[in-house]
Amino acid sequence: MMFLGVFLAIAILGVLYLVGIYNVLIRLRNRAKNAWSQIDVQLKRRHDLIPNLVKTAKGYMAHERETLENITKARSQAMGAGSVREKSKAEGELSGAMSKFFLVVENYPDLKANQNFLALQEELTSTENKIAFSRQAYNDQVLFFNNKIQMFPSNIVAQSFNFKTEEFFAIEDKQERKVPKVNFS
Amino acid sequence: MWELIKENERKSWILFISMGFCLSLLGYVIGRVWFGPDGGLAGTLLALCLWFGLALLSYFKGDSILLLSSHAKEITYDIHPQLFNIVEEMKIAANLSSMPRIYMIDDPSPNAFATGRSLEKSSIAVTAGLISRLNRDELQGVIAHEMSHIINRDVLYMTFAGVMLGSIVMLSQVFLRSMWYSSGSSRRYRASSSKGGGQAQLIILIVTIAFAILAPILARIFYFALSRKREYLADASAVRLTRYPEGLACALSKISGSNTELRVANKITAPMYITNPLKRKKIKAVGLFSTHPPIEERVRILRDMMGGVNYSDYQKSFSKAKSGTPAIMPASALDDPAFISIRKPIKDSVKAQTKKQKARDIGDLMRALNKYIFLVCLCGLKIKVPPNFKKPKVSCPRCKRQIDVPLTDLKTAASVDIKPQVYIRKTKSWETFKCSCGKLLQVSPRFGGSRITCYACKRKIEIKSSN
Repeated sequence: MMFLGVFLAIAILGVLYLVGIYNVLIRLRNRAKNAWSQIDVQLKRRHDLIPNLVKTAKGYMAHERETLENITKARSQAMGAGSVREKSKAEGELSGAMSKFFLVVENYPDLKANQNFLALQEELTSTENKIAFSRQAYNDQVLFFNNKIQMFPSNIVAQSFNFKTEEFFAIEDKQERKVPKVNFS
Repeated sequence: MWELIKENERKSWILFISMGFCLSLLGYVIGRVWFGPDGGLAGTLLALCLWFGLALLSYFKGDSILLLSSHAKEITYDIHPQLFNIVEEMKIAANLSSMPRIYMIDDPSPNAFATGRSLEKSSIAVTAGLISRLNRDELQGVIAHEMSHIINRDVLYMTFAGVMLGSIVMLSQVFLRSMWYSSGSSRRYRASSSKGGGQAQLIILIVTIAFAILAPILARIFYFALSRKREYLADASAVRLTRYPEGLACALSKISGSNTELRVANKITAPMYITNPLKRKKIKAVGLFSTHPPIEERVRILRDMMGGVNYSDYQKSFSKAKSGTPAIMPASALDDPAFISIRKPIKDSVKAQTKKQKARDIGDLMRALNKYIFLVCLCGLKIKVPPNFKKPKVSCPRCKRQIDVPLTDLKTAASVDIKPQVYIRKTKSWETFKCSCGKLLQVSPRFGGSRITCYACKRKIEIKSSN
């Protein structure tokens, strides 16, 4: 009888433990999903801002038609992308086109003095940051989640409830992949 | 990460309970001295009630008390888009579900603090001086530091601890003063007690007084020790969020370079700010009473992080700077699975401005916060119209042009009408009517003039008779 009681207590504790692990897994997956939706929101915001930017810049930079066209093209490609991998590739290209554009802008002081453009530039800079940060938050969450799935003992629960590892949102832009130089000045 | 937060929460509870213990012990001795041996229990109970009440107060109203006492005003996107954007960026990086509210303090001293009770209900306040001095990356570092206080669950407990400490200090002050000026009640109590216990009573009294002196000091030491450690932790988390230690390091050294004191801060609220807002003297050693670790050390640790932004990188740099001190982070926070490198600095979207221009911008920012409206004259001068301006036109101080004040933007819009109001009398007796500012006006039967002036908005109203 005593033995049965102890056995029962251990069994109940074990089940509670498994339930706890299951809940942690669910929470982590939801956090990852939330982070992913943030990326989507910010990418959409960037797509919305770009036509305004092109419209404002067009009048000032007649000689940079190619740069502007590249942005527009990259934008429409990014908007059509479906899977995570496709998306990260297209968005990486768009980021590259944007950074090229902002380099060129340096040569147009009139454009840089335009209040409208300044406001747009702050919005776009911030949106770029937000994309980077949401990607970072998403990858952090995915890392936690994948670790939890692969590590003992949570991997038992993960396997029996068919949790799958999530994909990272990788950086496809070659320029971004380079090791950054740190400038201590 | 999670373990770090758990550990923080556990320590906060220990602090919270030990503060309560301190308070009830203080209540006990005060009760005993004032009201005799039976008063001890009552004093303890009262102190516990006070503790509970204060806990509830700081839970529900702590953030608003703090923000009100520092004269902070809430800002929206329109007033400062960049600040708003930066906070949103950090909110995204921290994967928070809701945006903290942003407040601004009209003070030239650069500083910032965070408050709130949970992840969902939190606020970040920055001073005008901070915004005027820092660039985008630096501001981001500071905001990330404050956001880290929120995600590390420091804010509620700091508010708790602040309120508790305040009350302990106050209580012991009151007690000591009363002992000093009128020891009558205690003397009476001593006389009426048993004759043999005179000496023992004296000892108890001395112990009591010693305790009353020591309690606030001890509480303060606890509080400050906790807050110092949390500054390091928040720095580490901020780097983890921004992936850019140089931003925060630059911001900290800029802040330490300014030597204006923050007017709205006091001893209790000081630990909540990013750097100590009170003392600006350079102190090398960390005293028991310093609320913050020395800035130079924080900057050095941040700059020594060799290319990585993980907690382990911060810890390595920390133990290099302060060899011999135990690790500030639990081991579980240190085994980061992957190396993350420092990112590139972000180019500031706002072009470099002169100091004068910046000061002007900040002035305008504060005016926008105080509901001023801005008019641009044809000569190019920007005219700032205060919200209580009542006239329909303003003359430009430079070119003397008359400029229309867009009244719909002003709070007093209703008080000045372009079209004159007309009231048509119906009878010959007393009549009451409403002015368009909402005030009631009366016309006497003997009134013979053609217009009257509203006493509230000074508007002229034409009076006509019906026949």
